[in-house]
Amino acid sequence: MAETTTLGKALNHGLRRALENDPKVVIMGEDVGKLGGVFRITDALQKDFGDDRVIDTPLAEAGIVGTAVGLAIRGFRPVCEIQFDGFVFPAYNQIVSQVAKMHYRSRGKLRLPITIRIPFGGGIGAVEHHSESPEAYFAHTPGLKVVSCSNPADAYTMLQQAIASDDPVIFFEPKRRYWEKGEVDLDAPLDQAYPLHSAKVLRPGTDATLLAYGPMVRVALDAATAAAEDGRELEVIDLRSLSPIDYPVIFESVKRTGRAVIVHEAQGNGGLGAEIAARITENCFYSLEAPVLRVTGYDVPYPASRLEEEFLPDLDRVLDAVDRSFGW
Amino acid sequence: MAKGESVAGTDVPAGGFVQLLTPDGERVDSVTTADGTTYSVDFTDEEYRDLYRDLVTVRRLDTEAVALQRQGELGIWASLLGQEAAQVGSGRALRPQDMAFPTYREHGVLYCRGIDPIMPFGLFRGVDQGGWDPNEFKFNQYTIVIGSQTLHATGYAMGVTMDGKTGTPEGEAVIAYFGDGATSQGEVNESFVWSGVFNAPIVFFCQNNQYAISEPLERQTRVPLYQRAGGYGFPGIRVDGNDVLATYAVTRSALDNARNGQGPTLIEAYTYRMGAHTSSDDPTRYRIASEVESWKAKDPISRLKAFLTKQKIAKKDFFTEVDADAQKQALDLRERVLAMPDPQPVTLFDHVYPNGSPEIDAQRAAFTEYQASFEGSGH
Repeated sequence: MAETTTLGKALNHGLRRALENDPKVVIMGEDVGKLGGVFRITDALQKDFGDDRVIDTPLAEAGIVGTAVGLAIRGFRPVCEIQFDGFVFPAYNQIVSQVAKMHYRSRGKLRLPITIRIPFGGGIGAVEHHSESPEAYFAHTPGLKVVSCSNPADAYTMLQQAIASDDPVIFFEPKRRYWEKGEVDLDAPLDQAYPLHSAKVLRPGTDATLLAYGPMVRVALDAATAAAEDGRELEVIDLRSLSPIDYPVIFESVKRTGRAVIVHEAQGNGGLGAEIAARITENCFYSLEAPVLRVTGYDVPYPASRLEEEFLPDLDRVLDAVDRSFGW
Repeated sequence: MAKGESVAGTDVPAGGFVQLLTPDGERVDSVTTADGTTYSVDFTDEEYRDLYRDLVTVRRLDTEAVALQRQGELGIWASLLGQEAAQVGSGRALRPQDMAFPTYREHGVLYCRGIDPIMPFGLFRGVDQGGWDPNEFKFNQYTIVIGSQTLHATGYAMGVTMDGKTGTPEGEAVIAYFGDGATSQGEVNESFVWSGVFNAPIVFFCQNNQYAISEPLERQTRVPLYQRAGGYGFPGIRVDGNDVLATYAVTRSALDNARNGQGPTLIEAYTYRMGAHTSSDDPTRYRIASEVESWKAKDPISRLKAFLTKQKIAKKDFFTEVDADAQKQALDLRERVLAMPDPQPVTLFDHVYPNGSPEIDAQRAAFTEYQASFEGSGH
């Protein structure tokens, strides 16, 4: 049954299906029960599945992830909600030192099938700590897989795939896209879904490759539409997986187009764009017509909301980077 | 003393603690605490002798480990010297279905779980980082970051409740080990909050060995540690951690309360780290010899030996045999540690992810090719 729904509601459908399909799945987080989460992603799930499967936790992020580790050791499949990106850091120790390393520490004998959902990114006019993009910290950490969805259909399937995976997955949700609508096939079988860690070419093109994920995919697609009016055909790739990154898809594209522009909200210094640029340079050197360019947040703390439009990459900054690539 | 309150006196901390065997080897029949709980043990002579054997064996194995470290065969070792009674008493109090979450010093608990004592040596020798399945042994992997395991234990205990495995004498209980330093960690305090509000079947077993590396207890707390439990809404009790009988009685009671659905307990086992924090530490820089001497007089093994002798539960030939057996086990352990093979270089890429990763696969392949390039080159 296909229906048109928002990205937020698609995530809710995905969680519901995960709870239905596996009795070991438990949801835990602050306000995820009666309230349904501050973004209502867990709306009505506690009512339907009970308060020992959808657990309102004490207000302690290290506790959410640390107890999820213990539940996972016992055979549960916890799905943790971190309320906002900037609140993940109290749990950072548990994620980086325990969630990421226990499988390795045990020489493969222990699996921690934990999914940690984090609404991330800016553009919603929020106060400090509510608009950050911390994905590089996690993508830098071996033992974690990191993904981000950009549209309702992917939100629905990717969240279920993350939960079903025995790998620990950090699941970044583009919070400013929660209310964007798209068509979702709620009956699509998970085992035939597009692979969780594969990038997707959303718009084919021949002249330059735009790489984006999460909330910036919409910006990249809009930029491609605008560029087409100037006669430039941009290929848009939604990375979807940030660790591992699906490099073969990227390399194939860049070798064809000769140009690459990476777009993310996170600050540029030491960010994923830098890593991707290095890898493109190593693998596509003789195909490049211009250096790989990045369009990112500036290297300042996420600013006050009345400055966020200046901080965040937008259509014009992406097109400007495309122009610079062609002008090289 | 036939029956009494928690012991108080010059030799014990202010506020007293539960003690069933004095440093001189005198047996206290039972102790009733302020909340009306009576602690006692009812061991057969053979069980007393077994406890003695455990204490001697874990100390002897520990001594061997220290020697192995000094000889360069272990990278580091965290000695349990002085804490044998706290570990054997609590370890023997566990029932088979119970789950333990250790720090990196619970070699004595590991031994009491019936686990081959060589299991953690891979970690200290550097050939692995643990490598065992916690569920196979009902004993989690050693956790090095201070206090983190208390949250894992709490989550596991929540899972016990969710699985419906509490509320009967056959129920499951969980024990989380940590030290006095860990009580300052936020995660430990979070685990107290969570266990309290979820009424988790868990026993928090704090070995207060008086030092967090160099920092004395006064740098961690203004109140006796066991009293912290009150603020989280569950009982706290202090026990003489050098008394294997009292430690057993208090831990067994707390575990049974947990498995019966009565929620968490904090146990403060009052003890002393006779050795260094680890083999890399030099305790002479922060504590005086007379303090160490005063704790020698409270040694957990000599007091049980005095009791066994006075009560004619064991004679000299028993003690000789125990020492010889411990020696044999130590030498066997040594041989097996020395025979531990170094891991194959390429295994450093194994088990990063259950489902693997193309990036790791590519690095493994490149590494293998790079290694092969040295073959026959003399390097």
